[in-house]
Amino acid sequence: MVQARSGGIHTLSVTSSSRHDERRGSAYARFMPKADATALLPPDFRRWFESRGWEPRTHQLELLAKARAGRSVLLVAPTGAGKTLAGFLPSLIELSGNGRPGRKRRSLHTLYVSPLKTLATDIARNLETPVREMALPVRIETRTGDTPAHKRARQIESPPDILLTTPEQLALLLAHREAGELFKDLRRVVLDELHSLVTSKRGDLLSLDLARLFTIAPHLTSVGLSATVREPDDLRRYLVPQRSSPALQGEGKSAMADLVVVQGGAEPDIRMLELDEALPLAGHTAALSMPAIYDLIRTHRTTLVFVNTRLQVEYTFQELWKLNDDGLAIALHHGSLDVSQRRRVEDAMTAGKLKAVVCTATLDLGIDWGDVDLVVNVGAPKGASRIMQRIGRSNHRMDEPSQAYLVPANRFEILECRAALDAVHEAAQDTPDARIGALDVLCQHILGMACADPFRLEDLYEEIRSAAPYASLTWEDFEASVAFVATGGYALRAYERFAKIVKGADGLWRVRDARIAQQYRLNVGTIVEATMIKVRLGRASRARPGTVLPRGRVLGDIEEYFAETLTPGDTFLFAGEVLRFEGIVEDEVLVTRATAGTDPKIPSYEGGKFPLSTFLAARVRAILADPFEWDRLPPQMTEWLLQQRRRSVLPGANDLLVETFPRGGRFYMTCFPFEGRLAHQTLGMLLTRRLERARLKPHGFVANDYGLAIWGAGDIAARVGREPEFLDDLFAEDMLGDDLEDWLAESTLMKRTFRQCAVIAGLIERRFPGQQKTGRQVTISTDLVYDMLRKHEPDHVLLRAARADAATGLLDVKRLSMLLRRIRGRIVHKALDRVSPLSVSVMLEIGRERVYRDDADDILAEAEAALLDEALA
Amino acid sequence: MTALPLIKQTATEIGLQDRAAVLDLTGAMCLPDDGVLLVADLHFEKGSSFALRGMMLPPYDTRETLKALTRAVARFNPRGVIALGDSFHDIGGPGRLGEEERATLARVQHGREWIWVTGNHDHHLPDSIGGEVVEEMTLGPFTLRHEPQEDGAAEIAGHLHPVGKVVMRGRATRRRCFVTDGVRCIMPALGAYAGGLNVCDAAFTPYFPDEFTAHLIGTERIFAIARSMLCDD
Repeated sequence: MVQARSGGIHTLSVTSSSRHDERRGSAYARFMPKADATALLPPDFRRWFESRGWEPRTHQLELLAKARAGRSVLLVAPTGAGKTLAGFLPSLIELSGNGRPGRKRRSLHTLYVSPLKTLATDIARNLETPVREMALPVRIETRTGDTPAHKRARQIESPPDILLTTPEQLALLLAHREAGELFKDLRRVVLDELHSLVTSKRGDLLSLDLARLFTIAPHLTSVGLSATVREPDDLRRYLVPQRSSPALQGEGKSAMADLVVVQGGAEPDIRMLELDEALPLAGHTAALSMPAIYDLIRTHRTTLVFVNTRLQVEYTFQELWKLNDDGLAIALHHGSLDVSQRRRVEDAMTAGKLKAVVCTATLDLGIDWGDVDLVVNVGAPKGASRIMQRIGRSNHRMDEPSQAYLVPANRFEILECRAALDAVHEAAQDTPDARIGALDVLCQHILGMACADPFRLEDLYEEIRSAAPYASLTWEDFEASVAFVATGGYALRAYERFAKIVKGADGLWRVRDARIAQQYRLNVGTIVEATMIKVRLGRASRARPGTVLPRGRVLGDIEEYFAETLTPGDTFLFAGEVLRFEGIVEDEVLVTRATAGTDPKIPSYEGGKFPLSTFLAARVRAILADPFEWDRLPPQMTEWLLQQRRRSVLPGANDLLVETFPRGGRFYMTCFPFEGRLAHQTLGMLLTRRLERARLKPHGFVANDYGLAIWGAGDIAARVGREPEFLDDLFAEDMLGDDLEDWLAESTLMKRTFRQCAVIAGLIERRFPGQQKTGRQVTISTDLVYDMLRKHEPDHVLLRAARADAATGLLDVKRLSMLLRRIRGRIVHKALDRVSPLSVSVMLEIGRERVYRDDADDILAEAEAALLDEALA
Repeated sequence: MTALPLIKQTATEIGLQDRAAVLDLTGAMCLPDDGVLLVADLHFEKGSSFALRGMMLPPYDTRETLKALTRAVARFNPRGVIALGDSFHDIGGPGRLGEEERATLARVQHGREWIWVTGNHDHHLPDSIGGEVVEEMTLGPFTLRHEPQEDGAAEIAGHLHPVGKVVMRGRATRRRCFVTDGVRCIMPALGAYAGGLNVCDAAFTPYFPDEFTAHLIGTERIFAIARSMLCDD
């Protein structure tokens, strides 16, 4: 690829192999001569650019040229490059009447899809400016969950020229009986923040919708807007139908959209925040760094403070306000806050009234948040690309360097920040691999398509395979999905007479009745997430002292499973306050304000949402393994590593260090794979099972992003002494066989994963606010369905979907499998007489993190023992 | 606090109204003095009831429930079996019962007295399913009925689908259970797709105003859990 850094902005354009083109990578690149380019802009547009003192950017003109040539294109550009305008400029020009092909009045011309409805609304507002100033005859509208019913109906009867929407709303539109009419003249679809969309099931859903759009609209081209990614070709394939010409397929090539890359921009100015004090060995709060962060906020115009979890938002916000003697306008923002509260913060931010916002990833996407001049990232960055995208936020003028600080919260995070800084410096990317389309999403889509129009199985199959994530979908899987949608797809054909979609005498499949279509509409979308439950402020009852009435306002939502772990009297941080949990009343969490000065008792309800990326993990291991690298670390870190080397050993970059030591009458085993918390949790689960079988009586374990600690009554070191092979066997890859299967039967994480698949696929209905709790006896628990399927249909399409999710999702089995392969024959065991500096860090998680034991009987036996103790006392 | 060793133990005996009652891992209860087996809330054909509404749950619930029922009957070989109501998920349930399931049911019924107590889901049952249909009955000191009532009777009932939740060191488990104070017992639902209501729910308070013990059905045996160890959902 062409290297074009060094300050200036260069556009690199690659045209996709149209037919007989060269191999990938040798595609030609060229810089467009400016004079030619300007000719692409009609006079009124040229004048408009001039009136603003702007010059059209090269990539904006490139996209115009691509549009004129009828090509689909991926635009990769950093934030602030004028990506959005580039995406819309061709449509605005065509719609203005300049060079417009003879188009029928009032049909949808351009569809814009963004992952966030706020982003869609924001873009619509921004587009109004050129439309107004050039007096273009263009109608622009948004369609989101908030759009009123009458407006939705009107949009279908009389569509706007440009419609801005979300993947879910698009799916709904495509399942509409009028979809064919509505989209048949569609010329362009613009997919914003494509890099973020394609990594999830929403991306799968969108790919299927895109495939349908290409079927309906013969003149459609697509435009993808993306931040820098590791494999732009994945996105290029995503943007165009994969059925392509047989010639291409014969050569193993796939169709790709053209590529326009805007490179360069100023190098970001990123540093690690270094303190004089030594950082703690564990924890994610960065308490020590708060005064320094406060100073940074004070001395900058507007600061975005990113943290990894909602809880850290709450904590950081509290701590900053404790220091806020200047009364700076510091706000907080996260996805669980009540919408009106969130909106207030967003508006204040856009209006430039805020000095700082503490936020989670909800602000991670490309919304224009006004004049941000500093980004502070508290806690581990977890991924190199993620951190770069975040930092891009700070700067909407790409010629100026972005300013950012990484703030490590513990000593390990220093390593991670160091690795991330190196990656940013090298512009290395670690965005995830392209997804294989999920089967549960496919099931949902099939029902939607049946709602739109009767279909022939073969045609739908071809269309679905034209979506890149589903390009390798087998006919068998497709048929199984159709069978699932129709009758559940069970070997026992008990439900034929209740089928949701049926094949008519004409060979076409259609939805049975309007009620099923209604069911589909209520169930559309791929965001299931743990059921959220409202948090309401209560008031003490005057009539009955000691009781609390649900009379206050709603503060926001928390996950139901978090609420389930609380007992009355527990205190936790939410919406910027310390709240006392009073109980669950009907379907709401009832809380009161804790008395001033109360510390929250429940420290965290989700450590880090994202696991450490494989790429950063490898770099962290490399830094640890190479003492020459230590010079680049703060002295406190070097000192600590030296201590570890004296007391134990520092593992090589591909080794696995296992330490064993006794402590407090128990035996501990720690290990440091650096593969992220999720993979470690799964590893911990499986290791405990195996240790149990080896009669080493494990009691529990904790895991963090870097390693895990297991403890129990059996002396592992003694066993290794007797059986030198013991650790190799313990960590052998075959744990991913029967042990994994056994554990999956019980695993709550697996059951949660299954539940999400079941909802997405439409097996059970989504629960809506207001129908919760009370419905316990009449609804069905997905855990029961899970058990039943495992027993009777272990290869059912939904179980396969759940297993595929488990491989990369909450259980991260895929990464665990890579880890086990990596460390085969590379286990370094140190039998110590006491805990080492490295092990302390993971030991400190004990009591902070939950101890995982999924075995119900263990839990029950312990609870029963309490009854016996009581009886004997 | 030490945990008891886990011994596989399919049943556990408790005292109920000074009589022996054996709680079985399937969720059934045997009264050995009377030679009677009690089961509650079988909810046969719940799966197909959902399928009618477009939710295609795996259609194996009736056979799973029958399997558990058969297992319990085989274990105790009772003179009679009494099902405490909601044996079918809806009125149409008996009509949707498959051939094979119908035959299995007939086999279990064969040679013993069989009584269906009606419930709110199955207030009417056709003759074709065999056995006798009653609304409520007495057996020794016990009143047997579907919904528990606050009339002070020593009753064995179902209806509420009790489950108990235990949280130990941050890990929770939620299991079906028998709830009893030594006088009254509310039985767990035996149906494969029957959900559960937490015993800490206010719905249980009228029947157990003071103390009670929940016998939670674990994987390998039944555990007696004190009220104080049970958590709300």
